[in-house]
Amino acid sequence: MARKLLLEKAHVEGIRHFDVYRREGGYASVEKALKMDPASIVEEVKKSGLRGRGGAGFATGLKWSFLAKPEGVPRYLVCNADESEPGTFKDRFLMEFIPHLLIEGLIVSSFALGSNSTYIYIRGEYAWIVGILEQAIAEAKQNGFLGKNILGAGFDLEIYVQRGAGAYICGEETALIESLEGKRGNPRIKPPFPAIKGLWDCPTVVNNVETLAAVVPIINMGGEEYAKIGVGRSTGTKLISACGNINKPGVYEMDMTISVEEFIYSDEYCGGIANGKKLKACIPGGSSVPILPANLLLKTAKGETRYMNYESLSDGGFASGSMMGSGGFIVLDEDQCVVRHTLTLARFYRHESCGQCSPCREGTGWMEKILQKIENGKGVSSDIDLLWDIQRKIEGNTICPLGDAAAWPVAAAIRHFRDEFEWHVNNPSLCLTQNYGLAHYADELSVVA
Amino acid sequence: MMVKFSEHKMKEVEAIIARYPTGKHKSALIPILHLAQEEFGGWLSAESMDYVASILSIASIEVYEVATFYSMFNLNPVGKHVLEVCQTGPCMLQGSDDIIAYIKSKLGIAVGETTADGMFTLKTVECLGACGYAPMMQMGMHYKEHLTPSKVDEIIAHCYNHK
Repeated sequence: MARKLLLEKAHVEGIRHFDVYRREGGYASVEKALKMDPASIVEEVKKSGLRGRGGAGFATGLKWSFLAKPEGVPRYLVCNADESEPGTFKDRFLMEFIPHLLIEGLIVSSFALGSNSTYIYIRGEYAWIVGILEQAIAEAKQNGFLGKNILGAGFDLEIYVQRGAGAYICGEETALIESLEGKRGNPRIKPPFPAIKGLWDCPTVVNNVETLAAVVPIINMGGEEYAKIGVGRSTGTKLISACGNINKPGVYEMDMTISVEEFIYSDEYCGGIANGKKLKACIPGGSSVPILPANLLLKTAKGETRYMNYESLSDGGFASGSMMGSGGFIVLDEDQCVVRHTLTLARFYRHESCGQCSPCREGTGWMEKILQKIENGKGVSSDIDLLWDIQRKIEGNTICPLGDAAAWPVAAAIRHFRDEFEWHVNNPSLCLTQNYGLAHYADELSVVA
Repeated sequence: MMVKFSEHKMKEVEAIIARYPTGKHKSALIPILHLAQEEFGGWLSAESMDYVASILSIASIEVYEVATFYSMFNLNPVGKHVLEVCQTGPCMLQGSDDIIAYIKSKLGIAVGETTADGMFTLKTVECLGACGYAPMMQMGMHYKEHLTPSKVDEIIAHCYNHK
């Protein structure tokens, strides 16, 4: 269903301004929350089943409950607005069009966690959004929702916006903390986790923009009601940013009950493949998650309909499934070359590797070079095996998940599109002028019971 | 160029430092480097970086190691307008390779170069979070999206008309 909890009011004229947002029911969750016990807010979030919307899908309430509370030590909430996963532009949309929703979510969450200084770490390139957020913060402050003694409840809060400066790795929470401390974005070794030792060595929670915005409807309707939306462990609504070769790229909100097929072909969402082409492949959750050929995308290996939720998208594990990830939905039509697309992603990860761990620093560069060779008709068949070997040696062998994120797209491309790689190797001159095309990637699969 | 913030900019610097607890002023480094780059010619010279170090009372090396890590900081002089064209997967699917080739031939420069009149520098960048509005590029504080050769023509002409 096209149920909207976050973006319902995003297109109301003037919603960026406090007065309009307030008239539309905004900041009600703050009024409610400030009369509650902080621990019971955490309980509501636990009951809601909300899972982190940045990509990992970890239970938000559980993450909050890990926050250490030593006497006399400040605690911090940091909002991760470093949206950098290729294919993902949902947080940008939310912050740009309905900034007060994020500020409202931050006030409630800061109160629940006991943070009196909360930081929004936003990717440096979203420069114009900084002004939008700062305007919203100033308006909230003028109206008594920020600053000292908010709504007379004795709670003080300031929210600050901090710009990054171009580094995908700063989306990883410990790299983000390092960056916020004015350092290179090198991820930290965990444990200790930020909940124990985070920003300036104080207990810290880092949550994604969409996650924190979702706290608003959770408090308004109650965790149990929120949990009734969706299916299974995919509760509430999810923002999906759709891009690539589709008729209607954009940001869509839905509860997680619709099928992938409906999402791609319905006019309510992507509106079908652009230019009357056929669907070849899709990366459903941001560039790090496995790419799937059309047949495995629309149906699971068991022949069941695949849905736009955490469980269904990962059905089959990495052998035949993918992941919800960040909700960055990238569609490739029949004219696209999977080798070339994978090459751009390998280049991305090589560029974004922080360089701390050898498997990632060296391996991402090797993968890019080998893909470059294959794409340019200079590959040999052992290159495909070499590529497989390198990605396998990166995965699981690095401090942070960037190593895995770099390995998975290459692994999935070889797993599902190996014949396209082989075609490049076997047709070195043809692959420079022609594409492998749709091949068999949309064919009905025989289901082994 | 004299490397020193105006009184007005210095107030901004102080406001940034005030966002953090006492003693945690190093957190202001990246925001201040952005300011320095804007104020001192669009790039960070060693002199600019040393100046930022002196403001924050940290070692110059602490500034260099940060400035060299983040891709938005230019460590060499750039043109008046920097065209940063995204080339990652989703933009590639929508023809960013053609856009990059078009800009190269129109301006007669390679990626990483600046036009002889000092007006434009061309850079390629990795995903900027505008995948649904591809192909795209960043120019200063803003994004230019849904690029076509004619839109590129318009943007370049606009820059020349508003020198």
